[in-house]
Amino acid sequence: MMRSVALRKTKNLLMTALMVAATLTVLVPLALIFVHIVKMGLSSVNLDFFTQIPKPTGETGGGMANGMAGSAVMIAMASAIGIPIGIFGAIYLAEYGGSRISTVIRFAADVLSGIPSIITGMVAYSLLVVPMKGFSALAGSVALALIMIPIVLRTTEEQLKMVPGTLREASLALGVPLWRTSLKVTLRSALTGVMTGILLSIARVAGETAPLLFTALGNQFWSSKLTEPMAAMPLQIFNFAISPYEDWHRLAWAGALVLVTVMFTLSLAARYFGRTRER
Amino acid sequence: MTTKVKLENLNVHFGNTHAVKDVSIDFPENSVTAIIGPSGCGKSTVLRSINRMHDLAPSARVTGKIILDDADIYDKGVDPVSIRRRVGMVFQKPNPFPAMSIYDNVIAGYKLNGKVNRSEADGIVESSLKRVALWDEVKDRLKTSAMELSGGQQQRLCIARTIAVKPEVILMDEPASALDPLSTLKIEELIEELKEKYTIIIVTHNMQQAARVSDFTAFFYLGELVECGETRKIFTTPDKKQTEDYITGRFG
Repeated sequence: MMRSVALRKTKNLLMTALMVAATLTVLVPLALIFVHIVKMGLSSVNLDFFTQIPKPTGETGGGMANGMAGSAVMIAMASAIGIPIGIFGAIYLAEYGGSRISTVIRFAADVLSGIPSIITGMVAYSLLVVPMKGFSALAGSVALALIMIPIVLRTTEEQLKMVPGTLREASLALGVPLWRTSLKVTLRSALTGVMTGILLSIARVAGETAPLLFTALGNQFWSSKLTEPMAAMPLQIFNFAISPYEDWHRLAWAGALVLVTVMFTLSLAARYFGRTRER
Repeated sequence: MTTKVKLENLNVHFGNTHAVKDVSIDFPENSVTAIIGPSGCGKSTVLRSINRMHDLAPSARVTGKIILDDADIYDKGVDPVSIRRRVGMVFQKPNPFPAMSIYDNVIAGYKLNGKVNRSEADGIVESSLKRVALWDEVKDRLKTSAMELSGGQQQRLCIARTIAVKPEVILMDEPASALDPLSTLKIEELIEELKEKYTIIIVTHNMQQAARVSDFTAFFYLGELVECGETRKIFTTPDKKQTEDYITGRFG
């Protein structure tokens, strides 16, 4: 009797230790990355960083203002393309879809979200950059939108399915057509959850570098045309980090710090939206 | 008495299940008809075929005719949305729209269809709420959430929402089964009043309720209509042995 209790307690201790170890294995790298980025980047995050474009090599100072603006523009365009497609696709799947075609669409979305982002970039390159004979912000936005669509689609579909059927029926029984019911009752009831999915998808593409490498290409200067190469934060970080100049390295670290902070904030916001829904 | 809704050889299948078998029945205008029977006898299925709610279930198949006034609602080319505007429905569990205020819930049938006339809306909300005897209880908090009402109030709100769009027929699927006795009484009184203007078809598990509120009663068993007639007759001298057994509580 006593032996078995002792054995049970030992087992319990062992398992607890294993789980604590697993938790630490997840947390420690995250903490290391964060601490390292803050240590390397914080000193270079100043007003110039947010207001100036990169200086030519040899001059000190400069910032990533054009990269931040470019990222914002391309994310906004990718959202304008990807969010409606994702949401309407999800409404189709959750409210209308016949069983076979829905299965195909779901499978396609899952495959799409698993495709390496460099390949998404290559697709946008061959579809847009080659025919348009030049790198462009537009091509970059399309590449990012392709990454957003499956994320928005699947999270929205899950949220729509959680809306109780009785609400749908209440609306239909009032003589409201299904499409109006889907938009004004079902989607509206699921709105906070849908917002969470959208924020997560934005956080995901905000840091994507590979799909922009041969679509938006990057730009050392301000660019206002969507048909021309445009700067983006992840691209600038990449280019500065592989450069041989000490000053550019510092800017790259500062960019990394700002980017991680933005993504962290977006994830927190997504969490917050998710929580208010559960309440 | 004129017939408002007439079912002719109605059959409903769900996949391989034959849920409603060859049912023919007349529902007279401006009266209350109760549909009773044990669980799974097809009561709700019959009710939901009268406003084409089955259209949304891919596995459901409805055959036969349902004549509303003088036209078959399952005819090709009939828009189910137009039928649902004429045939309203009240559900078992109160289901007000949670994101909407009391006011918006009553006017929802107009608002969701995108046609609200501000000045008309106030009148519709007030008269609908008065009709369900909810006006005095909520008139000072029309803009608060409908979820703050009690279950019985919510159900009366749902009835107000249904009559606000001026239907001709109201289907009620066990409207009081989730409510306490006092709220149930209020709903029953309301049904009595509503039949002046509407044709009411109510599914209920509660035989006393059927006896209290209805003019006619239809007894269903295993998807078939066993007997249908004046409520007084069904509950005192039914023609069929099965009906008598069910009503006296010997089975079901």
